[in-house]
Amino acid sequence: MTSRQTATEGSTQPPALTIDALGKKCPIPIIMLAEQINHVPRNGIVSVLADDPAAFTDIPAWCRLKSHHHVASYELPGGGWAIHVRRNY
Amino acid sequence: MAYFDAASTEPLHPQAREALIAALDVGWADPARLYGPARRASMLLEQARTEVAEALGARPDEVSFTTSGTQAVHLGVLGTLHGRRRAGRRLVTSAVEHSSVLHAAGVHERDGGSVETVGVGRTGAVDLTAFGEAVRADGTALACLQSANHEVGTVQPVAEAAALCAEAGVPLLVDAAQSVGRMPPPRGWSVLTASAHKWGGPAGVGVLVVRKGTRWRSPLPEDERERRRVPGFENVPAIVAAAAALRATAAESAQESARLSALVDRIRTEVPRLVPDVEVIGDPVARAPHIVTFSCLYVEGEALLTELDKAGFAISSGSSCTASTLRPSHVLEAMGVLTHGNVRVSLPQGASAADVDRFLAVLPDMVKRIREEAGVRL
Repeated sequence: MTSRQTATEGSTQPPALTIDALGKKCPIPIIMLAEQINHVPRNGIVSVLADDPAAFTDIPAWCRLKSHHHVASYELPGGGWAIHVRRNY
Repeated sequence: MAYFDAASTEPLHPQAREALIAALDVGWADPARLYGPARRASMLLEQARTEVAEALGARPDEVSFTTSGTQAVHLGVLGTLHGRRRAGRRLVTSAVEHSSVLHAAGVHERDGGSVETVGVGRTGAVDLTAFGEAVRADGTALACLQSANHEVGTVQPVAEAAALCAEAGVPLLVDAAQSVGRMPPPRGWSVLTASAHKWGGPAGVGVLVVRKGTRWRSPLPEDERERRRVPGFENVPAIVAAAAALRATAAESAQESARLSALVDRIRTEVPRLVPDVEVIGDPVARAPHIVTFSCLYVEGEALLTELDKAGFAISSGSSCTASTLRPSHVLEAMGVLTHGNVRVSLPQGASAADVDRFLAVLPDMVKRIREEAGVRL
């Protein structure tokens, strides 16, 4: 069950890498995340900035399929989200 | 062309075509009049009503014919809410209902009513505990739950939901569009809706069944047709054809559904074996016999459908790039599964095993090529 609400809990850990996928349609934000997640150390946070509504559902789903951790999604003031993912391995 | 989009519409059944042509000649007159041709049209209409009622586990006087499955849902939802406005203004639905239910709910909300949407689990089945709580809340006038999901095939726990509704004294509307003609009819409903073109009947015929004792009042201007439930002149030939298709499909359904279900099992098993990074969606067991959905990571849905079309496969998708709204399917969103690279295969009656084999043969390279063209090196 997902909702359009943003997570309030999450981690205070700052992202080690920010991927700007604003204005890009799915699956491009997911492809960028998959290509770049190994650029951060294990347990590091990648923040994906995306405004395609599909990304809100698909990035957490990608984490589930790829055994990484979806930390939280934060609404951006200009629309879209900063979706935080922790590299697990 | 291998037609794998039966969940959108089933090709016209040969017996429906025959019945339609015959009824155009003998069932054209106004069934409300008293002269010979009118009485003949009326007889054909009532015979079709009796047959459809029997197939759905209803009485003939509970069955009305509408101009579409969507209209049946609109009238079912808004008419029951209208009939029960003294009981309250709350409507309960699952998050994965057909858009016709959600749009009717939107009208109810704009009219000052309230709507509670109950979530689903990863397989798309409604959360029964939450559904029970929602229907027990004060002022609930109606609850809606589909028999089987139109996008992922998951069968909803209708019997359990109906028991919860009965306990709370709340009528349950079951949208049975995806199961009628393919599975035994659901039980425990107060209102049932279905659509003839999904079972091999012609387009333009829906069914609205309101159980005796369920309060219902038309939300539309008054009209004397179809026991005052549906306005407008009945399309008798199309209704006769719809009943003929249901009769034919129901006779074949036990055997044919088992055959199609085995083909769906084959797709569910083989696709993840042949294609890397795929998520097969929906309940593997509690599902409609003919629907399977999967999503391919890193693939744009529209590109995949276009390639499949070129290879001779008619298939649809819930991905946002294939939707006119540019939003992903609300069903896939509610389930929290991948929405991009989505493919929905739904097998019509008589779908061939050879076509399914060919689909499984061409899919892996197609996905690989699309991923390479998008520059995916993973």
